[in-house]
Amino acid sequence: MYDIENYYNAKSVEEAAALLREHPDSRIISGGSDVLIKIREGKMAGTSLVCIRDIKEIQGISKKENGDIYIGAGTTFSHITNDPIIQECIPVLGEAVDQVGGPQIRNIGTIGGNICNGAVSADSAPTVFSLNALLRIEDGNGGRTVPVKEFYLGPGRVDLKRGEILTHVIIPAEEYQGYHGHYIKYSMRKAMDIATLSCSVVSRVDTEKNILEDVRITFGVAAPVPFRCEKTEAALKGMPVDEKLYQTIEESIRQEISPRDSWRASREFRLQIGGEIAKRALIRTVELAGGNRK
Amino acid sequence: MIRDKVLVKCIVNGKEVAEYVDPRESLLDMLRNRLGLTSVKKGCEVGECGACTVIIDGETVDSCIYLAVWAEGKNIRTLEGLEKNGDLTRIQEAFIEEGAIQCGFCTPGFVMSATVLLERGEVLTREAIKKHMSGNLCRCTGYQNIVNAVEKVMKENAAENEGA
Repeated sequence: MYDIENYYNAKSVEEAAALLREHPDSRIISGGSDVLIKIREGKMAGTSLVCIRDIKEIQGISKKENGDIYIGAGTTFSHITNDPIIQECIPVLGEAVDQVGGPQIRNIGTIGGNICNGAVSADSAPTVFSLNALLRIEDGNGGRTVPVKEFYLGPGRVDLKRGEILTHVIIPAEEYQGYHGHYIKYSMRKAMDIATLSCSVVSRVDTEKNILEDVRITFGVAAPVPFRCEKTEAALKGMPVDEKLYQTIEESIRQEISPRDSWRASREFRLQIGGEIAKRALIRTVELAGGNRK
Repeated sequence: MIRDKVLVKCIVNGKEVAEYVDPRESLLDMLRNRLGLTSVKKGCEVGECGACTVIIDGETVDSCIYLAVWAEGKNIRTLEGLEKNGDLTRIQEAFIEEGAIQCGFCTPGFVMSATVLLERGEVLTREAIKKHMSGNLCRCTGYQNIVNAVEKVMKENAAENEGA
């Protein structure tokens, strides 16, 4: 038996918002692969739950007429990876969430839960940041839309107020069209492990002129929240695609990120692999764009 | 305080089941304690070892971190549902032939993960098979024989399909 005080099942977003307001001791449960484990560990023992699994409107993926992609917060990792829209338009996101835990976890864990837990090691987060995603949050009173960057407040803390529910992760058309992305997760095991360090690079290359037109680099586990390397991005934009570019990203990343020592890895080790995985991810995005890398 | 039980109707191994469950109860507990399906093993209880793996609507799930109330309307398969008239499935036989079993505690979970994989009918590399089986832990065999068994049946199925 799980130590759950009360259990409420919401059938709609409005009902979930009302239940959350009515029961201030409650929290949202979606896939359950984080919340149930925290209850088991005692960290969330005695909590009440508002279940949002039966809300169909927050599941699945759609592409709007203007090209914006709406990913329902309740969509599981495996459904994202296997979705034809994701495979065609933003394969990097499908590949990233295919590195969460193991198959059984990917069949229940959801992208909304991954983001709302606020864990810096979340495998979806670096890519969602590099795609400049917007988060649609409903509260039954009109709701709001926020850039993902403003949503993460600190370790395990996100800007979700009582009565609010993340319903969709929106990838605007202009943020992915013409771009290619690659995610690298560095962990001790190949599966069933969380990232020691992770990096998602999304870039746009002018293959005619051989110029890196735009680049976005986001690290997981290099700071308390997913970290966009804006200085490095600014330095790289407009550079010709050659060895110097790859050397610059490696060196600049090691200046810009400030990872911590933990039992998983030392700061020095994270700096070392940080430069390396950012470089490798950028090289891969250039290859995907059909760039001139040998 | 939760006092009321909730009626859950679902299909387990092809049969309709209706059970009053506690909303705090895991699917693992429901399958073992209410339905007597003890192939579903209670291992880590935090979704790491895969010993409690069952198939829900065609996807593998750790039943320890899945609430019993979520089973409403679902089609659930456990190891008990695999055999037909006392005959093992090909993957179960292959586990025996390849020595992919030692203590046996992880075996039902591994067989369920392998079953989903084989039913998809894809032919995968050894690496891809390992990735698909990565949510199941075995502390005895060292995995080689388990992957051998899955690979063997996958190749047999592919040869059969080609012949047909």
